[in-house]
Amino acid sequence: MNFNTGDTAWILVASAMVLLMTPGLAFFYGGMVRGKNVLGMLAQNYVVMGIVSVLWITGVYSLAFSGTGKFIGDFHQFGLNHIWQQATGFEALTIPPLVFCAFQLMFAIITPALITGASADRLKFGAWTLFTGVWLVLVYAPVAHWVFSPSGWLFKLGAEDFAGGTVVHANAGAAALALILVIGKRRGWPKERMRPHNVPFVLLGAGLLWFGWFGFNAGSALSANTLSAFAFVNTNTATGAALLGWILVERLRDGHATTLGAASGAVAGLVAITPACGFVSPMGSIAIGFAAGIICSFAVGLKNKFGYDDALDVVGVHLVGGVLGALLIGFFGTKLTNGANGFFYGGGWTLMGKQAIAVAAVVAYSFVATYIIAKAIDLLIGLRVTEEQEVAGLDLSQHAETAYETASFNDGSRFSQSASGN
Amino acid sequence: MKLITAIIKPFKLDDVKNALQAFGITGMTVSEASGFGRQRGHTEVYRGAEYTVDLVPKVRLEVLVDSAEAEKVIDVIVKAATTGSIGDGKVWSTPVDNVVRVRTGERGTDAI
Repeated sequence: MNFNTGDTAWILVASAMVLLMTPGLAFFYGGMVRGKNVLGMLAQNYVVMGIVSVLWITGVYSLAFSGTGKFIGDFHQFGLNHIWQQATGFEALTIPPLVFCAFQLMFAIITPALITGASADRLKFGAWTLFTGVWLVLVYAPVAHWVFSPSGWLFKLGAEDFAGGTVVHANAGAAALALILVIGKRRGWPKERMRPHNVPFVLLGAGLLWFGWFGFNAGSALSANTLSAFAFVNTNTATGAALLGWILVERLRDGHATTLGAASGAVAGLVAITPACGFVSPMGSIAIGFAAGIICSFAVGLKNKFGYDDALDVVGVHLVGGVLGALLIGFFGTKLTNGANGFFYGGGWTLMGKQAIAVAAVVAYSFVATYIIAKAIDLLIGLRVTEEQEVAGLDLSQHAETAYETASFNDGSRFSQSASGN
Repeated sequence: MKLITAIIKPFKLDDVKNALQAFGITGMTVSEASGFGRQRGHTEVYRGAEYTVDLVPKVRLEVLVDSAEAEKVIDVIVKAATTGSIGDGKVWSTPVDNVVRVRTGERGTDAI
């Protein structure tokens, strides 16, 4: 095989950048939880890096990318056997198959990690590790195969997802919704206030995500060329536009543009441009980002209306943003960048139809399969911590640690909860 | 002897401390405190949802004084801590039975 060293070097770097997104996500989420649960959040994200790194190499990569099945891969590359062979349909790649495997591993890490934001503050650590492994095999591997593998049925259909709007974001968002419907609300929600304990952490995490996302999106070109440059610029443009859209809504609706809103808007833009970044123009990415910032800033309020406790808005940002971005390709897709023309470029509704099928299939499968997995684990070992452990916080009850030396009266946790007479 | 306790706005601490030193007070204890009075707390907004924060940060300042000076010291604190807006705090005095300086064992007003 003829490898291109430039492409190979870029994808290795991009892989490292995507890995950094998970610690970034951990801080993005960790800052938003109460001070007694921050280590619990960090631990849930870090353990995913451990579990998926091992399972991916052992067999999940093969299930996702090997073989010619329409719905799932095969066992041909179990244990990275035959890893000198390119994955089916990727024969034209100019990077070693092992580099492709490593790059895809990082996507498989961050996808289950995204779910932790919804179930924050109440998940048992042990149950989460079991859930991660089962979910990776039963949900992530097939969905990645459908969309990313050229032998997958949604890929064959012609549905476009450049870097994982459906596979990563809509998938994790739908799974998050199913998981929280099984485990229930945080104790005291929505009556009790549970404000973020460290907004600077949130901004730090969002910055790491933004940086790593260049590897995620531009790396998904699997080469270093004009297409990766489009993905890079589109990613940055949409993120900027979404940040502005979100804080504009806040300024007009709530009176103040907030730092949490700026971080949330940036992440909403990153999510929405993920499927589209290699198929749209930079001007199109402004529209997609701005729409994502505005729509997601309203979507995070849906949980209050419908009464599901999506603690850190995984549904409102990742499910809504991922679905939005995947569908907007149907309007903004252009051959001038890559792929098929959408509605605004004279392609009619054909592409939109395919996008809608992909979105519906991924969301429906992820929701149903995750619901069954969560229910089964709940019956088997219990998903949720006890009431006493939840009040004490995950840091202490799950890990026998505390994040901070001193308790603050204002963090809404220790003081107010012990005062409310537990 | 009296113990003067003042709850003041944190940014007024330097003014009050300087005024007390100028008056001749030689020692005090300062700690961070949280609470609310008539001004209640404040409202914060996160992702469009409003959160009422009941407890606002304050500084608690304690000074031991001779009974004869108590009223004057209270006046000094009140003058220095006033901004005129709601939430300026409170100052009160309580009788103290005895005071001991740990190093020398002095007791009563000698220990102040």
